[in-house]
This record gives sequence, C-alpha cells and structure tokens, in this order.
Amino acid sequence: MATEILMPALSPTMEEGTLAKWLVKEGDEITSGMIIAEIETDKATMEFEAVDEGTMGKIMVDEGTEGVKVNTPIAVLLEEGEDASAVPDAAPPAAAQPEEKAAAPAPVAAEVATPVQQADTSPDWPKGTEMKSTTVREALRDAMAEEMRRDETVYLMGEEVAEYQGAYKVSQGLLDEFSAKRVIDTPITEHGFTGIAVGAAFGGLRPIVEFMTFNFALQAIDHIINSAAKTLYMSGGQMGAPMVFRGANGAAARVGAQHSHDFAAWYSQVPGLKVVMPYSAADAKGLLKTAIRDPNPVVFLENEILYGRSFDVPVMDDFTIPLGKAKIAREGTDLTIVSFGIGMQYALEAAEKLAADGISAEVIDLRTLRPMDTATVINSVMKTNRCITVEEGFPVCSIGNHISAVLMENAFDYLDAPVINCTGKDVPMPYAANLEKLALVTTDEVVEAARKVTYR
Amino acid sequence: MATKKKPAKSNVSAEELLGHYKEMLLIRRFEEKAGQLYGMGLIGGFCHLYIGQEAVVVGLEAAASEGDKRVTSYRDHGHMLACGMDPKGVMAELTGREGGYSRGKGGSMHMFSKEKHFYGGHGIVGAQVPIGAGLAFADKYLENGGVTFAYFGDGAANQGQVYETYNMAMIWDLPVIFVIENNQYAMGTSVQRSTKSPSLWERGAAYGIPGEEVDGMDVLAVKEAGEKAVAHCRAGKGPYILEIKTYRYRGHSMSDPAKYRTREEVQKMRDERDPIEQVRDLLLTGKHATEEDLKAIDKDIKAVVNEAAEFSKESPEPALEELYTDIYADEVPQEA
Repeated sequence: MATEILMPALSPTMEEGTLAKWLVKEGDEITSGMIIAEIETDKATMEFEAVDEGTMGKIMVDEGTEGVKVNTPIAVLLEEGEDASAVPDAAPPAAAQPEEKAAAPAPVAAEVATPVQQADTSPDWPKGTEMKSTTVREALRDAMAEEMRRDETVYLMGEEVAEYQGAYKVSQGLLDEFSAKRVIDTPITEHGFTGIAVGAAFGGLRPIVEFMTFNFALQAIDHIINSAAKTLYMSGGQMGAPMVFRGANGAAARVGAQHSHDFAAWYSQVPGLKVVMPYSAADAKGLLKTAIRDPNPVVFLENEILYGRSFDVPVMDDFTIPLGKAKIAREGTDLTIVSFGIGMQYALEAAEKLAADGISAEVIDLRTLRPMDTATVINSVMKTNRCITVEEGFPVCSIGNHISAVLMENAFDYLDAPVINCTGKDVPMPYAANLEKLALVTTDEVVEAARKVTYR
Repeated sequence: MATKKKPAKSNVSAEELLGHYKEMLLIRRFEEKAGQLYGMGLIGGFCHLYIGQEAVVVGLEAAASEGDKRVTSYRDHGHMLACGMDPKGVMAELTGREGGYSRGKGGSMHMFSKEKHFYGGHGIVGAQVPIGAGLAFADKYLENGGVTFAYFGDGAANQGQVYETYNMAMIWDLPVIFVIENNQYAMGTSVQRSTKSPSLWERGAAYGIPGEEVDGMDVLAVKEAGEKAVAHCRAGKGPYILEIKTYRYRGHSMSDPAKYRTREEVQKMRDERDPIEQVRDLLLTGKHATEEDLKAIDKDIKAVVNEAAEFSKESPEPALEELYTDIYADEVPQEA
C-alpha cells in the first residue's frame, strides 16, 4: 500500500514550515534513514529522514513552498510492485491529526467563607505522662537511635556524623551503637552524597542525610528537589525517595550571610516534599521519628541556637507526632500569632508581654510547614479576628505571606485588621553584632505588630 | 573514532548473536518510529533518539544478571527496551498516555520500571551518576550481590558530581559500573572542544578506579568488557569505568539541526561502523542466518514497533484526576 509522507513537526513549537528543498526525485529508491528533504522550521533548517522504505511515487508539495502545515501530505512512497497509479489523485486527509486538547480541568474554585475547619486538636501525649527535661540535641539523637533500632534500613550519613560525633553533637553515641555501616562519615561533598542518598532510597533504604547546615545543602538542592521530590510523580507512583534531609537552618550567631539563611519558605514551595521545622524538644523528637517513617522525602529544619535548649519530653516507649498537625502553644482570645521554629521564641515572649498589658494572644506553632495545618490557623482567626505571623526568614514570598493569602481566601469576613508578617529584614545577614540584631526579627517588633492589629 | 576494529569473537553462539541483532534492531526501528510520531505531533517536548548507539546497551545488558540495576540520562529509550521493558508502555509514555510506564506523567526523559530495575530516565545532566552509586550503596548495604550500571554521556563527564561520586564509590567499594557513553557530542559541543583530557575513563585513575575504553559499535566487544566489569564489581573490588566510544546518528534531540558536524561524517559512520550491519555481516558470513531469516526478523520487529505505535495512539490520555495523584506516597490533605 502506498504510504503518505507527512509534513513533520521538527521542534516542540513548530506548527508550519517551509519545504526548502527535496533531495530526492520521483522514482528514486528510498531507504529508511535516508535524508529526503530539507525543511525550515521556526528555528532552523532541518534534515528530514525517511522512516519507511520504497520508491518515491509522487512529490505533492514543491520545494520552496512556504507555510506548509504540520501533518500535510507532502509525498507518497510506493511499496515494491506498486506503480504511480496507486497514488490517489486527491490526497486524503492526513492520517493522524494531533489529538485535540482535552477539556481543561474545571478550575478548583476557591472555597469561599469556609465554616469551621476540621482540625486535629487531640493532645500530643496522654494526660499524666511522665516528663523528662531534655535538650533539643538529645531529643533529635534519641529519635534517630529509636528509629534505627526499629528499622535496619534506616542509616545516617553526613559530614562528621560518626567519629567526630556530629559537628553540633547531634549524632553523639550513634556510631558506637550502630557501627560504621549505619553511621557514615562522608567527604565534604554535599552534591555527591545527597545524590547517593537519593539513589539509596530508590534502592530500598531509608537514609537520613545530615547537612552540617542547610546553607551547604544549596550545593545539593538539585537532588533534593529534582531527584527526591519529583520522582514519585514522574514514575507514575512506582518509586519515590523515603528519606530525611536534616540539619541546622537559619541564623546561628555572628556567622554572617553565608551561614545564616532560613530556607523554610524555599522548600515549602515544592510539591513532593514535606517540610518540618520544630521548636521544642518534644516536637523535635516526635516529628523526627515520624519523618523517618514517612514514605516521602522530608526536609527537617533544625536550629543551632535551639540545640542546647531544654524542654519537657514525654517518657513513652514510642512517642510520635503526626506531620501536618499544628499545636496551640498558648490559648488566647484577642489575636492569633502564628509561628514555627525559633520564631516561636519571639511569639511566646511577645504573648507574655502582651498579657501584662491585658492583650490575650493565641500562639500557634505550625511545626510542619508542608503539609500545613491551615485549619487550625483559620479556626483560631475566626475566633480572634486578628493575625500576625512570625518567622526569621526573608519577607518576600515568606511563609507569612502564604498564611496571609490563605486567610484572605478562607477567613476574609472574619478579619478585623490586615494580617502583619513579622520577618527577618530584607538584607543578607550582617556580621557586626549590632547590625545582626537589627536584621533579625525581635520580640518588640512582634509586640508592636500585635498592638497594630488590635488597635491598642 | 580512535578505537580499533576487533575481530569477531568466536565465543558467542549463533543464538546469542541473533538475539543481539534482534535487540539492536528493535531499538533502531522503535526510535525511527518515535521520530516519525514526533513529526506527526503525537510526541511533544524533547525527544532524544538513541540511533547509532544500540550496541552499548545491548552489549551491557548481555553481561548483566537478574536483579542488577540501571540508571541513565534523558536519552533513555534504548536502555529501557534493552532491559526488557515493554515497547508499548515506553511508546505510550512518549505520547503522554495512560498506558505509558509513568501513566503519561513522566514523558520521554522521565521513565522508570521498578519491575525491570530501571531507575530512570533523568533530565538533569549528571544527576544519575550519584543516584547510580546510591543504588549500589543500597545493594552493598543489603548484601544482595547486585551491580548497578550508571550510564552517562561525554557531556555529563564534565559535571562535578561525577567526580564526587567517583571518590565516594571508591572509598566505600560500591558495586557500580560507570558507563561513559562517549558519542562525541554533548548536544553541539564536541569532546575536543570541551576537554583537553585525551580520554575520559582515565580520569578515574585520580580516584584509583580502574577502567578501559571500548569500541561501542561492536556489540561483542561491549559485552566482553561488560562481563569483565561486572565480575570486578561482583567480587567486591569496587567501581569500574567503561568509556564506550559510540556515535549518535541523529541530532541531540528532534529539534537539533546538527550543524556542528558534516553530513559526510555521519554517513561515513553509518556506512562503515554501523553496529547492526556488523552483526548482520557476522550472521551472514558465518552462515548463522540467511537473508530470508533476517528479512523475517525485520518484519517481526516492524510488527512489534507498529503495535507499540498503535497502542500509543489508542491509549487514552490520563484521567484529569491524575493531576493530583502520586505527589505523595501517602494521603496528604490538600491545602485549604
């Protein structure tokens, strides 16, 4: 049967082109792979190769013709034994038209004037549980140790995690208990070892990757995002990267611009990642254990200043906190302060000061940034009608900006004042002590914002 | 091509030789068909064809055992067919349909098969190299005896993460074969313009990794080198590098006019070094097959490819609900 040769699309954007030159003539023997024509696309002149074999029966579009639409028949190829009479006079319509665009999905309507949202308000541990004062550092170590005892495929890798016992001593004692097979010192090579950890996760392990600080994870961010976060989707659900990326994030003290960046908003923007940023030791432990068990890549943002701080941690055999569940750290009625990580320090201090002046602030610790427990925030704002957010990161495209947008869409009618975002200043972190102090968010700024939204 | 032509191996059975011929021909015909479907607008975006390089994957797959893993770049159709993935599922992924390996959500550059231990299909040049070492890390950790083939091109060979990976693969004795498919052009930049290194595999010496150069147009030479590399890794001696000198006949992607080389250069390679023609000659001169036998094989393969193409056109586009599936491995509530 005669085969039609159609005008090809030779670039992702080509819709029509110029048939610049025929390199064969009617009657020529054609073999597959043979260059038969030159076609000018919107970008370049391309060689056009034959796919099928046969004899060139008829050239239907002359060379030099401009504006030939993709999929127009341009020639007919004859099979062995056929002659030109097999060529139909009038070319039938092109055999295969590009599929018509599927109907666009119905836009997801913003839910307007949402009534009270379903929020998980259950306590994190049973009433009356014995508590033990623990540093965040120990809580993180205990979480890893418990999960490594529980699951042989969990291992820790990073710079100085083993013999040095952790640059910030978070992994203290793990090498002794779990051996060099499972607590692995890497060379200083973030891009490489993060890629190796992602491959290990594809291969059936559950890696914990420690970054000495998240500033250095910028060297590895391609693997966190392109390799870890997107693979489950790109593989149609066949394989993903169950793993944890953890380490110190945000400003420490006097370490300057390259060691003081808060990446909370960056990672929270990526579908496929979960993002956790705990404040207390109990949350650090319960959330890290859950993160290690989670079947997805989890970015777990710690804070160097908080490592040495002590909090009560429940004494339980297996204490976990679900991801995506915020905590009401302090109940109040006049405004809602939403924060996470070290921002909670300023939020709680401000609430204390405000209380002295008769302003009752409800403080919400998001704990997990993705998925975010917006229901708890919305419910609180429906009660208090005012909201401010507190974070150490930069102000542009911040977590606070996102919360503001969520409240605009979901609780607009409940707001009695614009939402104010308290953030770090829009500058690289300075080294000088006085300037650094100025660059960070402060308790006084939070108090001032609270007074603004409460008009007091 | 600096590689010398090796004499035909006698340590291959006629049956194996015919198998290699069929596998290479399947890749070639599949890729030609993919090129055609691209021209018809049925395949979108980027589409990187493997035509000319068939002997590399077919030779190395002949050296692999069940359970061994492989990972490569975006020029991945050949690797998938060679490790036994279904041409229908691959072609339907190219057309973005429900029947594709990633249900239409990955496309030409991002495809996977857990069943066939094919770990992608990666669109970021060089990223698959540490991932491949990570797969080997998992094999060693789990003590399952597996070996991983981490394929990358001469272009990726200049990425820093490749050398970070060499270093760690050697420190930890990872059972990974770094396969440099040197097709001589990183998109439009020839190897001569991108490095002064006389050979790419020798860079492994800086990390203590052994390796060798292989004639990638000779499937038997590739297989032999692959067997040696696999034995090295399987014996727990750590990584191995194969720099396989090959040639891509077609442009970097479908939209590459390939003005950085002459038509004569390509034609010469096709005429003198074609990997499929070489095996065809061996089959005919060794009287392992007749012209009729080969014609029949050609016909069978065309039928397989046509069936894949038909399937890829008829398979429906993914359901609209698929937009929001497979983002997380567990149920994650959508944001308010």
